[in-house]
Parts: sequence; C-alpha cells; structure tokens
Amino acid sequence: MGLRNFFDRIEPYFVKGGKYEKLFPVYEMVESFIYTPKTVTTAAPHARSYVDMKRIMTYVVIATIPCILIGLYNVGFQVNSAIATYGASGWRAWIIEALGIGFNPANPFANFMHGLLYFLPIYITTLVVGGIWEVLFATVRGHEVNEGFLVTSMLFALILPPSAPLWQVALGISFGVVIGKEVFGGTGKNFLNPALTGRAFLYFAYPAQMSGDTIWTPVDGFSGATALSVGSSDGYLQLAAHGMTWFDSFIGIIQGSIGETSTLACMIGLAFLLITKIANWHLVVGCLGGMIAFSTLLNLIGSDTNPMFAMPWYWHLVVGGYAFGLVFMVTEPVSASHTNLGRYIYGALIGFMVVMIRVINPAFPEGMMLAILFGNVFAPLIDYFVVQANIKRRAKRNA
Amino acid sequence: MAQTKRSMLIDPLVDNNPITLQVLGICSALAVTSSLQVALVMSIAVTLVTGFSSMFISMLRNHIPGAIRIIVQMVIIASLVIVVDQVLKAYAYEISKTLSVFVGLIITNCIVMGRAEAFAMKNPPVASFIDGVGNGLGYGLILMLVGFIRELFGAGSLFGITVLPTVNNDGWYVPNGMLLLPPSAFFIIGLLIWAFRTWKPEQVEEREYKIQVVDAH
Repeated sequence: MGLRNFFDRIEPYFVKGGKYEKLFPVYEMVESFIYTPKTVTTAAPHARSYVDMKRIMTYVVIATIPCILIGLYNVGFQVNSAIATYGASGWRAWIIEALGIGFNPANPFANFMHGLLYFLPIYITTLVVGGIWEVLFATVRGHEVNEGFLVTSMLFALILPPSAPLWQVALGISFGVVIGKEVFGGTGKNFLNPALTGRAFLYFAYPAQMSGDTIWTPVDGFSGATALSVGSSDGYLQLAAHGMTWFDSFIGIIQGSIGETSTLACMIGLAFLLITKIANWHLVVGCLGGMIAFSTLLNLIGSDTNPMFAMPWYWHLVVGGYAFGLVFMVTEPVSASHTNLGRYIYGALIGFMVVMIRVINPAFPEGMMLAILFGNVFAPLIDYFVVQANIKRRAKRNA
Repeated sequence: MAQTKRSMLIDPLVDNNPITLQVLGICSALAVTSSLQVALVMSIAVTLVTGFSSMFISMLRNHIPGAIRIIVQMVIIASLVIVVDQVLKAYAYEISKTLSVFVGLIITNCIVMGRAEAFAMKNPPVASFIDGVGNGLGYGLILMLVGFIRELFGAGSLFGITVLPTVNNDGWYVPNGMLLLPPSAFFIIGLLIWAFRTWKPEQVEEREYKIQVVDAH
C-alpha cells in the first residue's frame, strides 16, 4: 500500500490550512480516481450505494467502447476507400506509410489505424482543453473535479466529424464545459448536456466545417453525402443507389460523425447501460415511442414535394445521430426529467422533435442535437407539472 | 438629492449600468450589435432620446396628471424618436436601413421609460437631463463592447475596416458565424455581467434561498 501511504503523507499539504490548500480539488481528483472516496454522507436521510457518481460516469465511458471501435474502423474505411481514388496526403498518410500499414480498405487493421490517427488528436484536444477548464473552475470555485468530465470529452469527440480542425475542437469543448456546465455550478447542476452545447456552438459558429458533404471523409476532393442529406434530397429509397443499405447504416459503415454512425454499437452500449441500471429505460421507451409514432404519422400523411415524409421509422433509427443521442444523451440523468411520467414525456418530446426537424425543417438535415437541447430546456417544466398533478391528486384523495 | 451631477453621469456606466445591473434594453442590444457602426449610431440615438425626454418630462412633471402620466411620457418620447428617425433617414440612409425597426422601437426601450418614471418625474430638468444622458451612455458602453466582440470575431473587422483578414478573402481568420446571430449577444452580455460582478462584488444579488446545514444526529 505504498501509494496509499503516499497520499496520506501529502494530504496535509492540501487540506484547509495547508501549503497548497487551493490545489485541494486536484489532489482530491487524483486520490479519488485511484481509491474509493473516504468521505461519506453523514446527515440523514440517505441511502448508501456503491454506485457513486464515479462508477456511473466510468460505466458510461465503458459503454461508448463499441461506438469508438466501430467508429475508428469506419473512419479508416471511408478514408482508405476514398484514397484509392483521390490519393493520400498529409502527416497521417506519412505515418501510415512509415509504419508500412498501407491504405487497403479491405484490411481491417489498416482501417483501424487510420481511423485512430483521426480520432486521437481530437480526443486528446478535448481532454486537455476541457481538463484545463475543469481544473481551473474546480480550483477557483472549490468544487471537486469529477469523472463527468471524462464522459463529456468522450461524447464530444465522438459526435464531431473526423475532419474537425483541432482549434475548433478546443473552442467547442471550452464553450461546452464553461457555458454548458460550469457557469451553472458544475456537474449535477447543468441543465444542458455539455457535450451537445459545445457541438451546437460549433455547428452555428462554423457551419462550413461542421455540415455539408465534404467533411465526413477527410480526403481532398472527396464528397460524400450523409444518409440524411441523401434522404432529404432524393428520398430514402434512393439510398441504396448511393451505396447505403439499411444494414450498412445499422452496422455503421456510412458517412457521419466519428462515433455515431453505428446503431449496432449504440445498442450494445444501451444494453450495457440498461443492465447496469445507469440509463433509465423510461427515457428510452419515451424517445423511441415519440419517434416511431410521429414518423409513422408522417408516413401516412405523405407529401409530394418532401421525400423525407416517406422515411419509415426504422430508417430514422439508423441514420444520423439518433441512436447515439438516444443512448448517451437522452439518458443523461442530470439534464433529463426526474419523474417517471416526466421521463416518458421528455423522451417522447425529443423523439417527436427529431422527426419534426429532420422532415419538416429544411434548414437542418439532422435534428437530434437540437431536439435533445430543446428537451433539456423543457425537462424542469415537465417535472414541475408532473409533481403538481401528483400533489393535486393526493390532495383530492385525502380531502 | 445627495447625488452630485458628476455621479449621475458616471454611475450608470459601471456601478448602475442599465444593461448589466438593471437588465433593461436587452432586446435592442441583441439586435443592433452585429456591427460597431450600427451599434454606435444606436447608442447616440438612445442617449439623445433618453437625455432630452427626461429633460422635457421633468419640465412638465408638475403639470402631468398622475393618472395619464405614462401616455404623456410616451408622447414626448415618441416625438423625439420620430425626430431621430427622420434625421437618420436624411443623413445616414444606409445605417437607418440596417437599424430599420429598431429606431422606432426606442420608444419602447425600457431604459427611456424607466428613467422617465424613476428619475425625471421627481427631479429638476438639468439633473434629469444628465441622468438620462448618463444612462444612455451606460447603455452605449455595453452596446459598443458587445459590438466590438461580435464584429471583430464574427466578421474580422472593426467599423467595417478589416482587422483580421478572413479565409473568404484569402486571409487566415475563420470567422465565427454564431457571433453574427443575435443569440450570441446573450452569451456576451451574460459574460459581461459576470465580469462586472466579479469586479464589483456588491452588484451580486442576495440568494433567494439559503442552504441550511443540519447537524447529523
């Protein structure tokens, strides 16, 4: 237990009155990352559980692993396929050649490595820049650095296009962490999802680098539309003509942001989160129900001019960021509703808004990000009405 | 009044700023700050209207019946705004087109009405004039700060003169498109309020609730 002794020995420097008391949050972060926290709640009422915030956050990060793996493979596959036509350039190609891996899209390892070279710089940037903000606020405000930040940075990296310039990544995560979370008091008090706040900021600030047909596969000269933009211009039946079958979309071998193309991977993550009871199933059911109900309604209404009306729910499920948002963002406990009835309503509202934005609003091909942020804003209001209704019902019963 | 004329003019700049402390006049601050030139014209217009409307209302304050005072104030303010609008149309047509409806909306700007009700109805004309100008300047200060940030980082220029050459014109700066959208002014004003209150902690409001610490049994 040498490490424990080390922590015990240096702890007096960081507690109140010590030499580095201002740096206590940093000390606490490292210590509680390695050991279970020593401090427990003493005031009643409370229930003790081993599922503390750290474990919840770590589980979410674990649940993203399938998305990361398939995402890495897919980015590499798309890039390598495009390189066959357009040629390779840049420092990544140089590294790949130096290692002798090659650009064969049929070789999973080559795809994987190439994807890694796109993902790692983005992820490291989010970790470093976001981490600096987090520690800065923790030190000044005196709250603890907690693992929620690891989730935010991982989710943020996964919802970016692989071609995102790193300075924009840094700006986006700064906005997400500071405006989306820290100004409201840090983890647990953020009413918006920090990762999505950062992503929305980038989307509106730099639309040229965050939307369109050329950004999903970062090879010069290559242009590949996402399933959603094909769907909105030609209709979903034309997707096969663009080389995208439903099964491709389900597995995740299509154009899109790094980690959100694969519905299958998201489903594996969802299963993990549901089994460990980290994600609340009411939210998932509500969100699926809202999406299926409204897209079916639109199918029945139909439209001669807008081909998106005809897109059935099983296509909505696998294209764009729907699955990823459903699994990792709708179920985020802090920004969602907190009552069970409220969770159904909250989920359904998001499911409804996604289809609404995708189909009826021509300005945005993808609606998951905006729908979830919209739902976040309404979550406290939904809870308020659910609680008030309950109070009224009980008052009547006991009158 | 214990206030000196000097403090009437200076106080609204930082210590009692109409936007950051009283949170008035936000609407136009969002709409007209995407370029500095427009923000400057708007600031001047509001300063003049607030100053003169306060002065005229103060002159008439003993003759205005309490029951219809708001209507009388509105008439005075509206007349001044029409003058400003016509002058702008005559001498700065382009800017007046950009400002469009927002010049007319000075009539409903809370700062103008607020100063008329809170100050001009109770104080002599000269003091009211100075107070009105001071508040107009406080409003203008924030407008100029927000306009500076939005135009510099949103379009890479200041007063229309290129400072950061943008990529569209073979420069290196990638302009931040969100800063040209009105909601960005919300973030900037919010951050400014944060900065002001960190600088002057006495501006921070008291909490509406207190968290009680209960000892464990």
